[in-house]
Amino acid sequence: MTENKRILAIASGGGHFVQLLRLRAAWEGHRVTYATVHAASAVDVAPAPLLTFRDVSRADWWRLPLTLLDVAIILLKVRPHVIITTGALPPLLALALVRPFGVRTLWVDSIANSEILSGSGRHAGKVASQVITQWPALAQGEVDHWGSVL
Amino acid sequence: MSGVFVSVGSMMPFDRLVQAMDEWAAAHPDVPVEIQIGRGTYEPRHAAFVRLMPVADYRQRVAAARLFIAHAGMGSIISAIEAGKPLLMLPRLMALGEHNTDHQLATAASIGARPGLHVAADIADLQARATALLADSGAPPAPISKFADPGFTVRIRAFIDAP
Repeated sequence: MTENKRILAIASGGGHFVQLLRLRAAWEGHRVTYATVHAASAVDVAPAPLLTFRDVSRADWWRLPLTLLDVAIILLKVRPHVIITTGALPPLLALALVRPFGVRTLWVDSIANSEILSGSGRHAGKVASQVITQWPALAQGEVDHWGSVL
Repeated sequence: MSGVFVSVGSMMPFDRLVQAMDEWAAAHPDVPVEIQIGRGTYEPRHAAFVRLMPVADYRQRVAAARLFIAHAGMGSIISAIEAGKPLLMLPRLMALGEHNTDHQLATAASIGARPGLHVAADIADLQARATALLADSGAPPAPISKFADPGFTVRIRAFIDAP
């Protein structure tokens, strides 16, 4: 019997969160908390708790401090053993924040990135325990391919 | 709704698609058209529209529509496949300021060839295909499980369980 762990499953809205939901079987039996940008997504994960953060992207970078604050609060609330994310920029901040604390983190690069790894995904290599791509052709060096959500 | 549901995602505006389908709605007054316009500035005058609806309502709209039209975003694509609904998509272009990169072109090329998924090259092509697909939508996407392939999730589980 493996240990029951606290998991933070975190993703931005839209396709990022839809991809995260398709991976749910991976953490069944663990204590999972979800985090995303739309509170209405709670219906998809109940009875598991869902926390929200304010979104940021390269297009509105000036919102970064707000997102950083929200993500830090989520990390303090959940105190995860493991973080799983399907992107994008806000979860990258979460991975960077927990890096000194021995939290195991997995970056699943979005299936949308079929030709090159996403911008955030290329940075994720510096902060995540493991980066995986959903496209076999993009697996290279430290970046593995384990499968895809489709 | 038994008509056309259009969505451009919640993160960035996509007025080119919204305006094209509003024009299409004006030319097809007998077909109900509803558009989720997100952060766009163009507000439809002929089609019904909503800024952003809760995900449960969104999924209901996709399931009820005869045709689903969207940007080439993974949320739209996976929602269409999970609902077994034909999807006509228009990729966002970086050159027009519609996204940070041209990855929606790559997505359309790599995933858009699946049965039931259709990719429009431009506005005229989008409008023509919308009309054609309503007359004959062809084969819908093959239904898939709500979960990724177990071969994938079992490896993520092993990552979680590792000490």
